[in-house]
Amino acid sequence: MNRDLSILVVEADPQKARDIIDALVEAGWSDVHALAQTAGLEREIKTRQPDIVLIDVANPDRDMLEHLSLASDSKSRAVAMFVDRSDEDLTQAALAAGVSAYVVDGLQMNRIKSVLETAIARFQILRQLQSELDAAKRALEDRKMLDRAKGILMRQRGVSEDEAYQLLRKTAMDQGRKVIDVAQALVTASDLLS
Amino acid sequence: MTRTILNCGYVPLVDSAPLIVAKELGFAAEEGLELNLVAQPSWSATRDMLALGHLDFAHMLSPMPVAMSLGYGGLAGEIDALMVLSVNGTVFGISSTLADTLRAADVALRFGQADHILPALGALGIAHLRIGIPFHYSMHRLLLEYWLQGQGDLSGLKIEIVTIPPPRMADAVEDGDIDAFWVGEPWGSAAVARGAAELVLPGNAVWAFAPEKVLAARHEWVESHKDEVRRLLRALEPAMRWLDTPGNKPLAVEILARSEHLNIAPELIDPAISGMLTPALGAPPVPVERFLLFHQHAAHFPWRSQAAWIATRLGAPAKGIAAAKRCFRSDMYRDALGPTGVDLPGASEKVEGSMRHATAVASSRGHMILGPDAFFDGKLFDFDAGK
Repeated sequence: MNRDLSILVVEADPQKARDIIDALVEAGWSDVHALAQTAGLEREIKTRQPDIVLIDVANPDRDMLEHLSLASDSKSRAVAMFVDRSDEDLTQAALAAGVSAYVVDGLQMNRIKSVLETAIARFQILRQLQSELDAAKRALEDRKMLDRAKGILMRQRGVSEDEAYQLLRKTAMDQGRKVIDVAQALVTASDLLS
Repeated sequence: MTRTILNCGYVPLVDSAPLIVAKELGFAAEEGLELNLVAQPSWSATRDMLALGHLDFAHMLSPMPVAMSLGYGGLAGEIDALMVLSVNGTVFGISSTLADTLRAADVALRFGQADHILPALGALGIAHLRIGIPFHYSMHRLLLEYWLQGQGDLSGLKIEIVTIPPPRMADAVEDGDIDAFWVGEPWGSAAVARGAAELVLPGNAVWAFAPEKVLAARHEWVESHKDEVRRLLRALEPAMRWLDTPGNKPLAVEILARSEHLNIAPELIDPAISGMLTPALGAPPVPVERFLLFHQHAAHFPWRSQAAWIATRLGAPAKGIAAAKRCFRSDMYRDALGPTGVDLPGASEKVEGSMRHATAVASSRGHMILGPDAFFDGKLFDFDAGK
């Protein structure tokens, strides 16, 4: 299969950019570059003349990229957002994975599709990792908050750690709230009073 | 009663206020609606999420539904504008460096007067001007280009218009990436507060009554969810009336500033809401009449002639202009708000630019006062007369 497309990945996070490039290189594309500094976007597009630009759906610089593609003069090749109305599933999958693609005019659909499918698969993994990382961070913060709340109860009420936790749990159940929210309220109140 | 949940996309700007107020002050709840406000990272993302059905409706730049319906830009789709969410509210500013250069050459800078600026650049050896705007399909670009066309012979000056995400406009002008910008609040005031720029024109100096943001939804969704659309419009109308009531403005600023909304200092939101703009760091604030309107002068009425002006400026052919007029849904607005006693204008089109002063016109309850809508060059836009 023909894999001589020039691909530009716009991504500020170097690790994420590396991951996406690796996935594309592994799948057989060799002309893949990443751009972190969006200030150079205009120049990069003019000099590299990429066939496809991949960018996170949520990247605010998409507006910049779209303007470049709309306002480009006739000498440079027009890059337009890739939307395939005949393959709504692919478009929705890209949106769900968080990737948007801008492609040069006249590029064959099947050539774009394989790039996009590779990118979608990698974006999905990255998104999964990110949400796991966020969940782990939140769990750690919750644990710290709970420990502080227990500490306050142990000091103020002279109870054991286990009793302090049971007290938080009972209060939460009685009030129909989460244990972490009761702990948070206790810590906030205690900070205000001290 | 179970509430209907509606997913609403918005870009955190001062003019997203109607949606935030409708939610926070309970106007939406009174209509049995729960507004799930989803902040969007860019206009492109707002467009995609709306067109592909992940949002029910969205706060959008007024040219966007027209461009999308006519198939211009990244993603096409039949999109309706149900209501104008805000009129005016943008500013044109130049970098502090350029302002200093002009002053050093005895070019006086007075907020609201800018027609002498571009002609003066040639004598200063400035041949290239980069101007930042928030999005290609924006009223910002249309007003800027309209104004530039009226600036006489600028053949010695190369003007380049580039898109910069508004939160980065101050950085861009400070770094010298751009020399000027046309942006919505609070980002003009934010650039001034940083000492990076000076404001030279409020948007309404170019067009006194420019529809800035609209409430946009997919045409097919509107047709199949008329009850929700009516309730939504009935929730927004009192929120917009509330916003244009002078005594409510301090509270409006406080609500908008909150971390879950704009998450920005109240001092940067106040200028747009109060209409008192500080054109340069340390300068006294200047009152700008009708700087940003939500309700006054039937601001939220989607005039079909406004859509025609936008389509014309986007270069649409006659057929496209007719299609654009259909996507500004004054019919739906009348259907939703007429029964609630909201005053409705007698016509759905007007000759844009004909009113130099506030003017009384016929309306469903006798007469209503429309605001001035003149263009800076005094020209009239009457699409139907050209037929």
